[in-house]
Amino acid sequence: MGRIVVITSGKGGVGKTTTTANLGMALTRLGRTVALMDADFGLRNLDLLLGLENRVVYTALEVLAGDCRLEQALVRDKRQPGLALLPAAQNRNKDAITPEQMQQLANLLAEKFDYVLIDCPAGIESGFKNAIAPAQEALLVTTPEIAAVRDADRVVGLLEAHGIRKISLIVNRIRPQMVQANNMMSVSDVQEILAIPLAGLVPDDERVIISTNRGEPLVLEANLSLPGIAFQNIARRLEGEKVPLLDLDAPYNTLMGRLRRFFSR
Amino acid sequence: MSVLTVIQEFLERLFPRSGGSRQDVKRRLQLVLAHDRADLTPEMLEKMRQEIVEVISRYVEFDAEGMEFSLEMDERVTALIANVPIRRVRNEVL
Ligand SMILES: Nc1ncnc2c1ncn2[C@@H]1O[C@H](COP(=O)(O)OP(=O)(O)OP(=O)(O)O)[C@@H](O)[C@H]1O
Ligand SMILES: [Mg+2]
Repeated sequence: MGRIVVITSGKGGVGKTTTTANLGMALTRLGRTVALMDADFGLRNLDLLLGLENRVVYTALEVLAGDCRLEQALVRDKRQPGLALLPAAQNRNKDAITPEQMQQLANLLAEKFDYVLIDCPAGIESGFKNAIAPAQEALLVTTPEIAAVRDADRVVGLLEAHGIRKISLIVNRIRPQMVQANNMMSVSDVQEILAIPLAGLVPDDERVIISTNRGEPLVLEANLSLPGIAFQNIARRLEGEKVPLLDLDAPYNTLMGRLRRFFSR
Repeated sequence: MSVLTVIQEFLERLFPRSGGSRQDVKRRLQLVLAHDRADLTPEMLEKMRQEIVEVISRYVEFDAEGMEFSLEMDERVTALIANVPIRRVRNEVL
């Protein structure tokens, strides 16, 4: 049986879908097979981030209704044959599917794939409940901002109440220069406050937006960019490898940076 | 960008203004999360404070002004911290 992992956050727009797309690709590059489940019914994005939007024919709902087989609804990625997407329905709302049905689909996928990654919608209502229902573990995405961290903390409580004990943290959109100027919480600040293990950090980087525009996840690039390496590292840690944390300061490790750090001690 | 702002930025980088907003946001988060996690309403907290005061004052005389009552958190555990400066222990329980 494959591992069923939900990517969740509480607050919207912090990078769940971006993380799901990149981790899916990164894990297949490490030789794993991965099924991505879009749980954001009515507001589906995952197909776009993967550049697979034109190949969606059926969705999870047709599978459940018996109108097609699971295999027919899965969109296989031509760039990464180990990767498949089970799309959400776009013209329906979050109540179009139940937690039991999500569980049923995820279990079927886990029989065939090493990983089932579930892209959770924002919020803590029915869409969230559907997305976490099948999960054995969770990746909690947050940004280093007060509202996002507060929501993330609430989600930790809800995940634990649901019996999901294996929760790890991804801090997205870090801006090292703001952290150095003491105007943004650092990764360790956020981790200390949420008190859950760290799966990784991702810098705030315009290349993330460019890759979204193109529908080509960053981890596909031949020469990985810093955010690409960040996602690749998270995938390796999921696989149990010990990978040191990305040093975001490295590119800024100029004379200026060192001087500034010296004087700010 | 004028020469002046460039110099200003350079100086700011050399000597970042102490404090910044990072400590503020951490402090605010810690406080708000201690309350979120305890899931106590302000009314419940106040009622609890009054009742605890009632019980303590049967045993000791204390400095009501100097009393502190707060929720704090460490790791994922929230603690109710009551700091009660005792003036005198009563000879008999009221
Ligand atoms: N590290 C980053 N650097 C720059 N931009 C980013 C980064 N991560 C995410 N973004 C941008 O933030 C926006 C929201 O990202 P995404 O759609 O992944 O968030 P989400 O949590 O899935 O949102 P929703 O809650 O609406 O589902 C996107 O425009 C994305 O390109
Ligand atoms: Mg999303």
